[in-house]
Amino acid sequence: MARSDVQLMLDVKAGDEQSFTLLLYRYRSPLVNFLYRMVRNREQAEDLAQEVFLRVYRAREDYVPSAKFTTWLFRIATNLALNSVRDTRYQRMEISLDAPVMLDAEDGEEKTLDVAEKHPNIEQHLVEETQKKMIRHAIEKLPEKQRAAVLLHKYQELDYGEIAKILQCSESALKSLLFRAYETLRVELAPLVAQHGK
Amino acid sequence: MEKKILGYVDGRLKESERLEVEKHLAACAGCRLRANEFRAVSGLLDELPMIEPSEAFDLRVHARVAAEPLKQSWWAWFTSSPRVAVAAAMLLLASVWVGTHSTNNQPQIAQEDIPVLENLDVLSSFDVLSELPPPVQADDGGQQQNPQM
Ligand SMILES: [Zn+2]
Repeated sequence: MARSDVQLMLDVKAGDEQSFTLLLYRYRSPLVNFLYRMVRNREQAEDLAQEVFLRVYRAREDYVPSAKFTTWLFRIATNLALNSVRDTRYQRMEISLDAPVMLDAEDGEEKTLDVAEKHPNIEQHLVEETQKKMIRHAIEKLPEKQRAAVLLHKYQELDYGEIAKILQCSESALKSLLFRAYETLRVELAPLVAQHGK
Repeated sequence: MEKKILGYVDGRLKESERLEVEKHLAACAGCRLRANEFRAVSGLLDELPMIEPSEAFDLRVHARVAAEPLKQSWWAWFTSSPRVAVAAAMLLLASVWVGTHSTNNQPQIAQEDIPVLENLDVLSSFDVLSELPPPVQADDGGQQQNPQM
């Protein structure tokens, strides 16, 4: 049977480096994806994810399994992401209002024409790409704390209590955050929502 | 009610709450529409593809972990922490300063002991001490103490 996260972490604490590698395999993809949606830059997301693992490793000797491992892990990740987003925004304001915003041209975006040439159903493909782009932009436009709440709720399948602990707010405040985020998303994505709701 | 709609859509409500929301939805077209739209938004979020961490990712994590100083060695801890080093150096300096000062001023310190000795008459009221001969009187400092006794 697979060892639980907490058991792996206790093994790391006892000096077993192999268990750290297992935790790395288990959580690198969820963390990188979460951070990528938060900071919108792949390189930065990977750098922050590495920082999360490093902090987990550094904390191993003091680790006490008081909360769920994922709560602790994503709390570190969320704090790093929120700080990074705020720093980046501040830097951008400092540089210039005209400076180009250096965000990733995301997967698919630059490939679109290339693939479309060979694609048997070009129209369908373009529609799908446009949809994805709209969804991405709608998420990116959310205020960062709402964005974090949506990502943790939707993609990490954490329960309300855990997400509230990660965001350091009450469950009631979290529900408000999520409600406001979904209200914004249903307006931003209205054309798609109308299609999807049929 | 509004705040419970998302919980209803994602299936995280308690049974009693779920029934309560269902009852409301049956009667309220506005909330019914919102529930359907939230469900559609949730479905749209499912369409975003995941990215894969780059191949160098694991290596970088391991490299950064390997670059960590060893906690087991107190010397590594000492040298890796400038604050500890500075504090230790200051402590050393302070003890040297106190040491040189106290050897230079030996007689002065002997005089400063007198107020401490005065307290002995308080101590001598304790049973154990009262059976002993008073130790202070025979001393050199006895003359200075007498007026106060
Ligand atoms: Zn209603």
